[in-house]
Amino acid sequence: MSDAPLSDAPRDIALQTVNLFRNFGGLTATNDVSLTLRRGERHALIGPNGAGKTTLINLLTGVLRPSSGRILLEGEDITEARADERVRRGLARTFQINQLFAAMTPLEGVGMAVSQTKGKGWEFWRSVGHSRPVIDEIVEVLDRFGLCDVMGEKISSLPYGKQRLLEIAMAIACRPRVLLLDEPAAGVPEGEREDILDVVAKLPEDVTVLLIEHDMDLVFRFASRISVLVSGALLTAGTVDEISTDPRVRAVYLGEADHG
Amino acid sequence: MTTQRIATLRLQAVGLHDRLSAWHWSEYLFWVLVAASYFLFPSRHLLMNEIAILALFSLSLDLILGYAGVISLGHAAFFGLGAYTAGIITKFGVTDPLIGLGCATLAATALGLATSFLALRGSDLTRLMVTLGVALVLYEIANRLGWLTGGADGLQGMDVGPILGFDFDIFGAVANAYSLIVLFVLFLIARRVVHSPFGWSLRAIRDNPLRAAAIGVPVRGRLVAVYTLGAAYAGVAGALLAQTTQFASLDVLAFHRSADVLLMVTIGGVGYLYGGLIGALVFKIMQDTLSNLTPQYWEFWIGLVLVVLVLGGRDWLERLAALVARRTRPGAGR
Amino acid sequence: MLTNLFDGFAYGMLLFVLACGLAVTLGLMNLVNLAHGAFAMAGGYVCMILVNRHGVPFFAGLPIAFIVCAALGVVAERLLYTHIYRRSHLDQVLFCIGLIFMVDAVVDYFQGPQQQFINIPDFLKDRFEFLGVSVGAYRLLIIGVCGLIAVSLQLVLTRTRFGSRLRAAVDDRRVARGMGINVDLVFMLTFAVGSGLAGLGGALGAEILGLDPTFPLKYMIYFLIVVTVGGTASITGPFLASLLLGVADVAGKYYIPDFGAFVIYTVMILVLIWRPQGLFGRVATR
Repeated sequence: MSDAPLSDAPRDIALQTVNLFRNFGGLTATNDVSLTLRRGERHALIGPNGAGKTTLINLLTGVLRPSSGRILLEGEDITEARADERVRRGLARTFQINQLFAAMTPLEGVGMAVSQTKGKGWEFWRSVGHSRPVIDEIVEVLDRFGLCDVMGEKISSLPYGKQRLLEIAMAIACRPRVLLLDEPAAGVPEGEREDILDVVAKLPEDVTVLLIEHDMDLVFRFASRISVLVSGALLTAGTVDEISTDPRVRAVYLGEADHG
Repeated sequence: MTTQRIATLRLQAVGLHDRLSAWHWSEYLFWVLVAASYFLFPSRHLLMNEIAILALFSLSLDLILGYAGVISLGHAAFFGLGAYTAGIITKFGVTDPLIGLGCATLAATALGLATSFLALRGSDLTRLMVTLGVALVLYEIANRLGWLTGGADGLQGMDVGPILGFDFDIFGAVANAYSLIVLFVLFLIARRVVHSPFGWSLRAIRDNPLRAAAIGVPVRGRLVAVYTLGAAYAGVAGALLAQTTQFASLDVLAFHRSADVLLMVTIGGVGYLYGGLIGALVFKIMQDTLSNLTPQYWEFWIGLVLVVLVLGGRDWLERLAALVARRTRPGAGR
Repeated sequence: MLTNLFDGFAYGMLLFVLACGLAVTLGLMNLVNLAHGAFAMAGGYVCMILVNRHGVPFFAGLPIAFIVCAALGVVAERLLYTHIYRRSHLDQVLFCIGLIFMVDAVVDYFQGPQQQFINIPDFLKDRFEFLGVSVGAYRLLIIGVCGLIAVSLQLVLTRTRFGSRLRAAVDDRRVARGMGINVDLVFMLTFAVGSGLAGLGGALGAEILGLDPTFPLKYMIYFLIVVTVGGTASITGPFLASLLLGVADVAGKYYIPDFGAFVIYTVMILVLIWRPQGLFGRVATR
């Protein structure tokens, strides 16, 4: 895969962090991370266990506040924005460990994300299904993720693969322009894995995707660029070819992966 | 072909959506029984009036406990404020019950909004402390402002005018009808709210606040809103009590009010609106029976019920319903 | 002025001894034990019955109150609380309220609803002038006893093996288990000591705080303020919070008697606005 030279004009940059730091007590979990995601890019963030990938995604999505540094979404500073504001501004995420609404149905889970995105979150007098555009979009998203046949079942009773799909469906229902996928295939049994990979491959092209992943197969299959995080700091960033041949990356990451 | 498939799916989704919010036959039955009880037990209007008021009170707590997951040890603050507002306003010549009800609602709403910012800060523990503290402060204020509230003697000589032309009678027939109708109307409103996008997002917050925020739900704003709504409902309940008994005393703000309402919601089960109503009924009957048996020590038995409920599992009603459903379904069960 | 400060100080020390057990059980087991005050009340009644009705000397009554309440703590922990450690906070709150109601009724049944007074030795009722400060002998005793307890607690926590185990268990239960620490035993001992101290505080404090069946409810808010303002990360937090609360309450009731009761709530609200995690609390990470 070739990495076409892109201009660095702000309008081409979907998400950017500038000298991001995060300390926990004496521990620096995020150390001077400056990451740039270009519009429409399929970008992977890799790194060994404990490299600080989850901390970084929590900083990007507003679950945690950085100790210092800035986060820009399409050129606008969102460092201080609350988690839900970031979603409304077009930054959505999935979770490595399912964070679903166990007692609800997929219809309600996706329906909530859709009605929220369509600005109906505060509507308290009419039902969700009252609005035709909302229902249409719910059906469209459920259908795209093959969840229509289980839309009325309790989420906690769904097979794990379906739950992982719903994780992504709920994020997509927020109509993000930047999507953070935190290990989308983690824990999915072999038989259901292909469904997930399929969905990831078919994500809308205009959506910028940051894929946080452990599984190198998945990374090489989907990513155009890769950033490597080690001990909270960015070791390097580059194209798939550059990264897979980088001796430093081999040393800290691929080498480790070989050991199992 | 595909458009037709989408159309079918759409119908399915709408159908499912409607089923999720549709009235269940047992709900109709519930309200028919409520209406019937009014005519079947004409000698029990006073008791039923009190049950209706407690039911509204616990419905209000269910909104914030069951739908927003906020544990409150001081829900009586809003109840008491509503009661005193409705009572005090009659001293200034405003005797129309509906105007009194409106003023009480406004006062409780304002207090709910003002304290929500404090009550929603921090952990469960902080919330316990703040809600308890707010109720204690109000109790203390009502106690100190004797010239306005009657202090420890209570607010005597309330003069409540007729409601829509009906004078309150000593048997409580009008009072009971008034309370039941207000309860029913507010229940309908709560039911609509719960099935709206706003209501869905409340359940989402209770289930998983992290994910709720991650699909764009402003968690804090929603909690403030529902806390305020719960406060308003509690204020209405308090006002009803003051108006129909023509009396308000410090008792309406006391800790045991807050504890009792927690118990009622617990008995009936949290988070489905009917829990509070059923809980209030069970609680009142239990309280009546126990205080007849042991007038001074019925608190002990109430405490025992709480402990047993927690240790045995609070979902007893749900399990009972499931058991009944299994027994009555032909070919299933044993 | 100084007299008030002194009285407030004594009051605060007493609150610390009463509430420190709650702070530790909260930090250690994430248990919101609202019924903590019941142990304090039990201590007060044990001491009262022994001293007033069986002629036991007051200074023997105090340690017996501690021992009896610690034993009660062990029994309650093994029989009851162990079932609710892993439950939701709502369950814990409901359970504790139920417990309080039951204990209230039981005490009311056996001892009646009236205020009880423990016959303290006459020399403790004196007040004397010291450097212009009017010092109550009884309050001096409280400061002495509670100060001793606070210092010993701090030493036990920081200098002994048990203390380091306890702190390890507070920090992370699973890690502590992995290190071979018997967490259940640590829980039980801590609960016992906490309840015992509450009992001692209840006996010592009956003279100042009063003693009647509503004690656990009346002082619940004070205990809650101590642990929310003070946090559970150390015992210095609750200690300082207790002193602040004690001094503020006494000063409030003395200088603005009409609104004295509101002073502590105002302090509480200001603290919460300023620092939602408490003055000395750590930021919740779990």
